[in-house]
Amino acid sequence: MEVTTTWYLVLGAMLFSIGGTGLLIRRNPLVMFMCVELMLNAVNLTFVAFGRSLGDLGGQVSVFFVLVVAAAEVVVGLALIVAVLRRRPGATADDISVLKG
Amino acid sequence: METVVFLICAAIVLAGAVGVIAFRNPVHNALSLVGTLFGVAVLFVAQEAHLLAAVQVIVYAGAIVILFLFVIMLLGVDRAESLRDEPLPFQRPLAILAGAATLGLLLVVLLWNDDPVTGAPALTAGFGDKPNVEALARVLFSDYVFAFEITALLLTIAVVGAVVLAKKPTPGSDLEAEDEAAREVKG
Repeated sequence: MEVTTTWYLVLGAMLFSIGGTGLLIRRNPLVMFMCVELMLNAVNLTFVAFGRSLGDLGGQVSVFFVLVVAAAEVVVGLALIVAVLRRRPGATADDISVLKG
Repeated sequence: METVVFLICAAIVLAGAVGVIAFRNPVHNALSLVGTLFGVAVLFVAQEAHLLAAVQVIVYAGAIVILFLFVIMLLGVDRAESLRDEPLPFQRPLAILAGAATLGLLLVVLLWNDDPVTGAPALTAGFGDKPNVEALARVLFSDYVFAFEITALLLTIAVVGAVVLAKKPTPGSDLEAEDEAAREVKG
């Protein structure tokens, strides 16, 4: 059996759904962040699969930029989580609703 | 050969992803995430994206997961989260339903036709016969050079933002007064 583009796309869809489900289920902000990373990786996989299938390097360039943005996002997001958890240890995503004032 | 590689990596990727959302200890979640990221990196190699595979291992598995682990150790959030208490009733069943619906819709779109790839082959940014790194570098530093420079700016801003956010409030500042007020309310 030959591996077609569809196989990679189906794997990406499964990874994306698992990440999205985890984002909705978990309440620890750190784990929610990891689920966002899972979803980003799923999209990266589909970018590379489409790019290879169409013979287009643009797919890989897009993944490159997604990686940079993911790194920036993690840095700022983790700094926010550190700032929140330092003031309220053990805070979950629900506790951050106190920010609405 | 590629079939074997794909199946093994797909199993690793999916097992790691399930581990990320199922384990209750954040350290175990982070280690599962490493498994998923390595699996995706091998799948990149299988699709001849060699530079991205290396970057994936260095940036994701090397930097981002280590950052997660640093924060976990720094904050001491090694307490296992209880997956039982639910502030919102029915949230978890609904979340699983939403995930299943997303997967179902995506699979319908992907498997409805024989070939889901409906774009036109590239005319300008083709793979050519150059090695992957060289071809990618040429595209990155010609067509996408402005976007590339802007990412440098983005990373600088992110670093400055992280330092500002994670800084302890200086004595006598408004932030410290707010901290004290928050502590009194809690205590």
